[in-house]
Amino acid sequence: MLKINKPIRVNPTFMQVIRLLGHGFLVMWLAMVFYQGFTDQLGGDPVQSLLDFTGIGALNLLVISLIVSPLAMHLKFAQLLPFRRPIGLYSALYALSHFYVFIAFELQFELKLIVSEIIERPYITVGFVTLLILIALSITSINAIKKWMGAKWFTLHSLAYVAVILAGLHYLWLVKSAWYEPAIYILFSAFLSILRRTKIKKIFK
Amino acid sequence: MLFKFRNSNSLTENQVTDEAVYKQRRDILKKLGYFGAGSLLAASTKATAGPFDWFSDGDKAKFATSALNFSKIQTDASSDVLTPMDKATSYNNFYEFGTGKDDPINNAQSLNVEPWSLSIEGLVEKPITLSYDDLFSSFDLEERIYRLRCVEAWSMVIPWVGFSLANIIKKAQPLSSAKYVSFQTLYDPKQMPGQRSRFTGGGVDYPYVEGLRLDEAMQPLTMLSVGMYGKTLPPQNGAPIRLVVPWKYGFKSIKSIVKIVLTDKQPPTTWQNLAPDEYGFYANVNPRVDHPRWSQGRERRITDGGLLAQNRIDTLPFNGYDEVAPLYKSMDLRKFY
Ligand code: HEM
Repeated sequence: MLKINKPIRVNPTFMQVIRLLGHGFLVMWLAMVFYQGFTDQLGGDPVQSLLDFTGIGALNLLVISLIVSPLAMHLKFAQLLPFRRPIGLYSALYALSHFYVFIAFELQFELKLIVSEIIERPYITVGFVTLLILIALSITSINAIKKWMGAKWFTLHSLAYVAVILAGLHYLWLVKSAWYEPAIYILFSAFLSILRRTKIKKIFK
Repeated sequence: MLFKFRNSNSLTENQVTDEAVYKQRRDILKKLGYFGAGSLLAASTKATAGPFDWFSDGDKAKFATSALNFSKIQTDASSDVLTPMDKATSYNNFYEFGTGKDDPINNAQSLNVEPWSLSIEGLVEKPITLSYDDLFSSFDLEERIYRLRCVEAWSMVIPWVGFSLANIIKKAQPLSSAKYVSFQTLYDPKQMPGQRSRFTGGGVDYPYVEGLRLDEAMQPLTMLSVGMYGKTLPPQNGAPIRLVVPWKYGFKSIKSIVKIVLTDKQPPTTWQNLAPDEYGFYANVNPRVDHPRWSQGRERRITDGGLLAQNRIDTLPFNGYDEVAPLYKSMDLRKFY
């Protein structure tokens, strides 16, 4: 394996620019796809396209947010670490949009059905739990709350690894037969969790 | 005639421009998929390029369809709003060309359907083989507007052109021992990428096979379709000939058929083989029997308009085709789903 000895350090302004571009990109893209949905430019079934887009978006962002730490450590590139929080928050934003598309456009606010689907369909239940975790992590990522929580914060935020595996399970469970892609996500998430096993152990101790 | 269907020529013209614009938009989405993290984000979303489309996406020439001569038959769904042709031809399940909904339109355009050979064999007096031209000239073609209900809880309303399956079965003269009819899709991994790799093809064992009971096959609603929206079928919809059984979930309506065999035993079917607890042999549309993973009580009807124009409607038993109910008189439809 490539051995990197020298820590990486780049101009902070450059990192700031990357950060802004990232914000712009993730917000614009979500907005654009919704706009296309409203104006019927999203293929045969705009609801399905949006569900898929936001679902995969949330999952990919979650995975990326969890890659940041091991990558920063491996590359000795500490300036990457501040990216974890915004990427995680965007994952939650995409997941919330995903849920919104489901209740607003797929089920069209049929309240009884929303409740029964969440309770009765294992894959939806799992998605819902994942969403709750992401929301909890987002709220507690506010600095003041983080300080106040102290060491408990780290325990709580290890749930991100549980979330990514549950999201993979949600995906695996909903496909009709094409299980390879979700399986790859689950394997990769498991690998990330193993890299972090000491942290995970804390939740279960 | 009491027919609400627009003149097929004008429809075609609109279609051409619609499609060009539509395609342009899709291309823009695709290009977005090329940017760094963006491509990761887009991975496998059906709206944009998937991670495995990156290198395969030369924009190929569109498959050429041609106008058909047919008479129009008044049907039960004639007054329903039609699904626009660009939606019915771009949102498809045809795993032979990939599992994404837009994989078929993207990957099937070069399918070669001429020459074609469709054989009707098995327990029949007179086996028949139809060539490509025979498909269109052996029987009078009719246009019938049917509802199509997918097992995934969406539906469309489509004007098919074709003839009753019963016509061809009668011509082959079934033996009295014939009880079932089995169907087989073309097996040609060279042309069908899904058949080359289990990854692309969604883990299905090809060729795709389907089956009906003989009395279901003889029901006049059951149709072999050679066209839609007034023209021959595009490949993503099952060119050159496909089955349409409007009271059953869409996966029963097998595409690009090469072989029809009459048998005395219930034939295996692809989705039943894949997941027998989720997909039965009958697969009649039934709002009271849920798919184990989602509700079948209601459906989203795909017509014009964006997100706000989506309509959710009740799913009807037998997809509203009550006339087929006698076929299942003494059967427990929960058991025979
Ligand atoms: C209350 C919460 C959730 C609900 C109700 C929900 C519901 C759904 C539904 C209905 C689908 C589409 C199923 C289909 O294709 O027929 C879907 C797909 C998906 N969801 Fe969720 N989901 C939820 C939360 C999440 C979360 C939190 C994530 C990820 C972090 C996620 C990731 C995905 C993925 C990756 C897909 C597959 C997209 C594809 O097929 O390309 N979901 N979800």
